[in-house]
Amino acid sequence: MSEPAVADTRRLNSKPQDLSDAYGPPSNFLEIDVFDPQTVGVGRNRFTTYEVRTRTNLPIFKMKDSSVRRRYSDFEWLKNELERDSKIVVPPLPGKALKRQLPFRGDEGIFEESFIEERRVGLEQFINRIAGHPLAQNERCLHMFLQEETIDRNYIPGKVRQ
Amino acid sequence: MSFFSFGQSAEIDVVLNDAETRKKAEHKTEDGKKDKYFLFYDGETVSGKVNVTLKTPGKRLEHQGIKIEFIGQIELYYDRGNHHEFVSLVKDLARPGEMTQSQTFDFEFTHVEKPYESYTGQNVKLRYFLRATISRRLNDISKEMDIVVHTLSTYPELNSSIKMEVGIEDCLHIEFEYNKSKYHLKDVIVGKIYFLLVRIKIKHMEIDIIKRETTGTGPNVYHENDTIAKYEIMDGAPVRGESIPIRLFLAGYEMTPTMRDINKKFSVRYYLNLVLIDEEERRYFKQQEITLWRKGDIVRKSMSHQAAIASQRFEGSANAEKALSQAKEDSS
Repeated sequence: MSEPAVADTRRLNSKPQDLSDAYGPPSNFLEIDVFDPQTVGVGRNRFTTYEVRTRTNLPIFKMKDSSVRRRYSDFEWLKNELERDSKIVVPPLPGKALKRQLPFRGDEGIFEESFIEERRVGLEQFINRIAGHPLAQNERCLHMFLQEETIDRNYIPGKVRQ
Repeated sequence: MSFFSFGQSAEIDVVLNDAETRKKAEHKTEDGKKDKYFLFYDGETVSGKVNVTLKTPGKRLEHQGIKIEFIGQIELYYDRGNHHEFVSLVKDLARPGEMTQSQTFDFEFTHVEKPYESYTGQNVKLRYFLRATISRRLNDISKEMDIVVHTLSTYPELNSSIKMEVGIEDCLHIEFEYNKSKYHLKDVIVGKIYFLLVRIKIKHMEIDIIKRETTGTGPNVYHENDTIAKYEIMDGAPVRGESIPIRLFLAGYEMTPTMRDINKKFSVRYYLNLVLIDEEERRYFKQQEITLWRKGDIVRKSMSHQAAIASQRFEGSANAEKALSQAKEDSS
């Protein structure tokens, strides 16, 4: 052993990094866009849907590129499922805006452009935060929400990973 | 102070014989202030003089005896009434009688055992002090003088590195390594973090030093955690194959040696906490205990002979170098 004062403070040896790892695409690519709000229906039965597009290279997601249409109540459903089944603290959704649904308003209420944009941003933040959580990625409800055309509310809740 | 006696009162002053040469060490008081006290090691003799000065010259001071004690005790804050004394020595300085003039008494506690280090913590205090007492019928007159004791250790024979692979299945795998498991208080933690799998979006990584003070036994055990240091070692998103170095200098932080089950009353342990934080502020961490020990100082001419012996029993780096150069010579 050489002088301990020097050996003790030498940097530990590390393996050189593979260049394809250093410059290749990262293994944590996950981007979800919430965009293209469309109001469907007429009169009092109108509601707004958003396109939810998921692009990822995480192996836990079956599809590397998926696109579905979801409405606000679908997001609420997802939040409730996760709060019940997973141990995570679920981030908040943008507000329900009940006041905006009352009659005799001067504006378009929940179909006001600025409100829809505000809500779109909040929903995008919500879903990105949730989808990146390792424990949420384990829940079937998240995968159904992001990658299946319709949400089957009678599904059997469960985990994806063993 | 007695307000009702018209008799004599006295002031006590305790002075060490080696007050000029003995080193002082800084020690935190209970309210957080830092004070300097004379520093002693295990086995050193504590000797000095007790000066008793009569307040009113000419008047007699009647007393039931004068003594000096050397005490080492543990005080649990939630149980202040009960002091646990693990060292208790007494020397009688004067038999019951009366003093007609101010006097000075010599005392010596030879080669006193001081098994534990002085410690002032969040819930417990371990202290050593001299207490000179003039016993009287109604009220005693006493004076305490605190000293600080440091416990020294040598470079441990066995000091394996800490190397481990941890992670979350399919999300994050890392291998971390720290060069030693036992560090002295002025040591450097040298290590590295190697990323095997990164499927989460990491924003930065830090190493925290956590001090855990444990008091109480059985069902009444209480842990007090305190983060002594937070040191960022990586800013940005690593990928597979990345190695991040760690170099953390301990001398900059206020720490004590690891204390395990002191007199069965309390423990003070230290942990390295490796924390990874992702873009959503989620924290992933791995805690690992390290043992801290106090290295003896290089022997200096100004030290007392006894302190020099105490230091030499526990090699400082100077002696280790000497021993190694000796070994080199022997082997060549």
